[in-house]
Amino acid sequence: MGRYVGTSVKRVEDPRFIQGKGRYVANIQFPDMVYVAIKRSPEAHARITRIDTSAAAAMDGVVAVFTGQDFKDGGCGSLPCGWLVPDTKVPDRPIVVTDRVCHVGDSVAVVAARTPYIAADAVEAIEVDYEPLPTVVDARGAMDEGAPLVHAEIEDNVSYHWALGDQEACDKAFAEADEVVEVELVNQRLIPTAMEPRAAAAQWDAASEEMTVWTTSQNPHPIRLLLSAFTLGIPESKLRVISPDVGGGFGSKIFHYPEEVIVPWVAREVGRPARWVATRTESQMTDSQGRDHVTVAKLAMTSDGAFTGLDVETWANQGAYLSTFAPLIPTALYITLLSGNYKMPGVFGKVHGTLTNTVPVDAYRGAGRPEAAYLVERLVDLAATRLGRDPLDLRRQNAIPKEDFPYQTPVAFLYDSGDYDRLMTTAADRADYAGMRQAQAEARAEGKLRGVGVVCCIEASGPAPSAVAGSLGSAVGFWESGEVRVHPTGQVSVFTGSHAHGQGHETTLAQVVADELGVPIESVEVVHGDTGRVNFGMGTYGSRSACVGGSALVRSAEKVRAKVLRIGAHLLEAAEEDVVYDRDTGRVHVKGSPDSGKDFGELAFAAYTAHNLPEGMEPGLDFVSFYDPANFTFPASSHICEVEVCSDTWEVRILRYVAVDDVGKVINPMIVEGQLQGGIVQGVGQALTEIGAYSDDGQLLSGTLLEYAVPRADLLPGIEVDRIETPSPHNPLGVKGAGEMGTIAATPVVANAVLDALAPLGVTHIELPLTPERIWRAVQAAGNGA
Amino acid sequence: MRHRVCLTVNGKAEEFDVEPRLLLCHLLRAYVGLTGTNIGCDTSQCGSCTVLMDGKAVKSCTVLAVQADGSEVTTIEGLAGADGLHSVQQSFWDNHGLQCGFCTPGMIMTAVEILDRNPDASDADVRHGLEGNICRCTGYENIVKSIVAAGARQS
Repeated sequence: MGRYVGTSVKRVEDPRFIQGKGRYVANIQFPDMVYVAIKRSPEAHARITRIDTSAAAAMDGVVAVFTGQDFKDGGCGSLPCGWLVPDTKVPDRPIVVTDRVCHVGDSVAVVAARTPYIAADAVEAIEVDYEPLPTVVDARGAMDEGAPLVHAEIEDNVSYHWALGDQEACDKAFAEADEVVEVELVNQRLIPTAMEPRAAAAQWDAASEEMTVWTTSQNPHPIRLLLSAFTLGIPESKLRVISPDVGGGFGSKIFHYPEEVIVPWVAREVGRPARWVATRTESQMTDSQGRDHVTVAKLAMTSDGAFTGLDVETWANQGAYLSTFAPLIPTALYITLLSGNYKMPGVFGKVHGTLTNTVPVDAYRGAGRPEAAYLVERLVDLAATRLGRDPLDLRRQNAIPKEDFPYQTPVAFLYDSGDYDRLMTTAADRADYAGMRQAQAEARAEGKLRGVGVVCCIEASGPAPSAVAGSLGSAVGFWESGEVRVHPTGQVSVFTGSHAHGQGHETTLAQVVADELGVPIESVEVVHGDTGRVNFGMGTYGSRSACVGGSALVRSAEKVRAKVLRIGAHLLEAAEEDVVYDRDTGRVHVKGSPDSGKDFGELAFAAYTAHNLPEGMEPGLDFVSFYDPANFTFPASSHICEVEVCSDTWEVRILRYVAVDDVGKVINPMIVEGQLQGGIVQGVGQALTEIGAYSDDGQLLSGTLLEYAVPRADLLPGIEVDRIETPSPHNPLGVKGAGEMGTIAATPVVANAVLDALAPLGVTHIELPLTPERIWRAVQAAGNGA
Repeated sequence: MRHRVCLTVNGKAEEFDVEPRLLLCHLLRAYVGLTGTNIGCDTSQCGSCTVLMDGKAVKSCTVLAVQADGSEVTTIEGLAGADGLHSVQQSFWDNHGLQCGFCTPGMIMTAVEILDRNPDASDADVRHGLEGNICRCTGYENIVKSIVAAGARQS
């Protein structure tokens, strides 16, 4: 173990944030800049019969007004989809529409003005006549006979059908089952709501024909690729994309958005730097949204509680267009997780990706895996109720035993490592599960609605082996690049293709490299988020930065060490096999003689002076690695939650929340705990407060933070976090990824706890979020109203 | 029609001719050039833009620049004295009270007021006091910890 990995090093990025020096895109300002504002559709589905921009264009301070036709004529291509499962029907998604809007918030026209206030006024002055068309908003209803078509050429609104698993084994399990539990549930639509609204800025250099684009992206290199190859048409060599400090993403800032094309196009067109910053309302109606599944499923088991089969059919709402990775989420990141943490021979799942007049849906924290976990963990609780078993006990009975790893599930994934029984017993001990049950019995005796929820959840993180991704429909690879550049003074610059938007990579990746090289962490600087500085990279999502990005840096550091060792041996006039690289100090010395050695800085300098290098060695000390992971990693968690439902107000009060997670080896415990805590509260938000709601005519009913109820500080009384570590065996750091596990486990554990609390009233199911109104209605329906 | 606004920002006198509709947050960011005050919403829900106006925490998106005429405004950039970080800033750093950093200036300014009123604020007091501020990254856990710890250090 090195000096830094495994310790809670304070974050090196924090001083700029706590002093108000964050470098967010909205802070970029140039003299002569134009401010871009976008006319948004108030209709969910309509034909545009007239656009009149003349009044807007005539306003004092307006520099230019553009319509969809201008962008089309000006060479802008449509936004592509980067993940296509077989026979995917992809609707055309123009940068700015020309004749038809397909969701509230669709871009209709663009203004560039001298100030943001003038731009906003000009947007109001644009006149648009709409001829409303019939709308469809429901994932399953979209396939109903006679449902309005979102795109005339896409039959039944079906973008794709997809299935995975052993149908025969599944059918056999149900034919032979002693008991079957069934559920029909909705995994409601969520709006990611990163605190920083999306933004883009651009500067065009007419002399060099170089474009610089600043964008709030989690992955600037893929954005540059898409801008270059599909939408903007500027060669990658002339296009620099920078994602400086980004104020949260949670998946919503992975995707290629129209504004990333609009802003540089306008900047070039008007010959001035340009900037667009979304209002919150604009972000809520144009950022890709999450979840939105309707599912029917059943679980087969023996009378003694062994799970034998799971049969799932899901309708996944993809919105009006396919966002960049949309088809990936309900297919290869959802059906593949349906085996959960359990041994189940017959698992089969099929999904229908449907199009509706709603904002596009794509990855949101967890992306597919929370949907799988919520479904499986609800079914397991229903099974426990059916069998009269304790839900923790039933989970332990069915958990994959630790000696079975690596474990091949019936739905493609090979789980790398885990110890689910230890995870659950650790959580039970930490929570005093037996005591909680005792307290519940006492509370119930007093007439209180006390519930205890327990879950065991799985995640697939660290995407992904590139060939596997390609075989599943990806248009890109999912390796990561990492460059370790040692300067002549021994200072180290680390360039990663990962991108931090809150995760603290500037600290954790520095910890990794400092330990690999044996240098002080203060001498290691981490650079990310700039295609002009980092050679390439796939960015950050899917909890991949440590396992894929970190591993690439380990490989590069190994190459640095090997070269430094050779230089050291040469300068010490010793054979290479007679010297060692001391990873505690970064010194190379003769074996057994620590005093007879050379410091890292001396050796780095020697590499650059090149006065005396081994025969044939090139000068310099700079290595790049491209790390393609051998597998996903599989974090797991067991969370326990204790709640009480007030029988007057039907509000849910969380009394205690205990989380035990296994995210593999931990680089920085403080940061990992922070990731888990934040993830948990987002998952609790899905369980209790959040819903991206649409009216039947496609109006977004929760388009501002007045209606979209993001959790606030008083939602939880505090979170107790603990962990076990089963290292991933296939990456050099043994890490698994910590970004999403909390979110995945939190939704089902709170739902299970609330339904456990309401069990005495005969309530077995309530759709999320579990608001007082929904609980009250369910209680009334069960005939137990007060 | 434009109005003259004179105010003190972080101890420095400033004077601008502004439209009556200009918001204080936009004045601070675009006119004074202090971009530490972030804007996270348009309905006064998130609290990212919180600043101190005459010592009171206000959401600068709900104050018109003309209303700030004659007032003393402190933003995140002006919170610390010459001797480095304010104790609340230090505590956020020490306790991992931030992740993406976007809500952080507003959280810190609100925290300063919470502790001004009650340096002994408990965990529950702080959670209640943060009712007007949203963080999407941290789950509030370490923000609460940071503020309670800063209070303990102050008192």
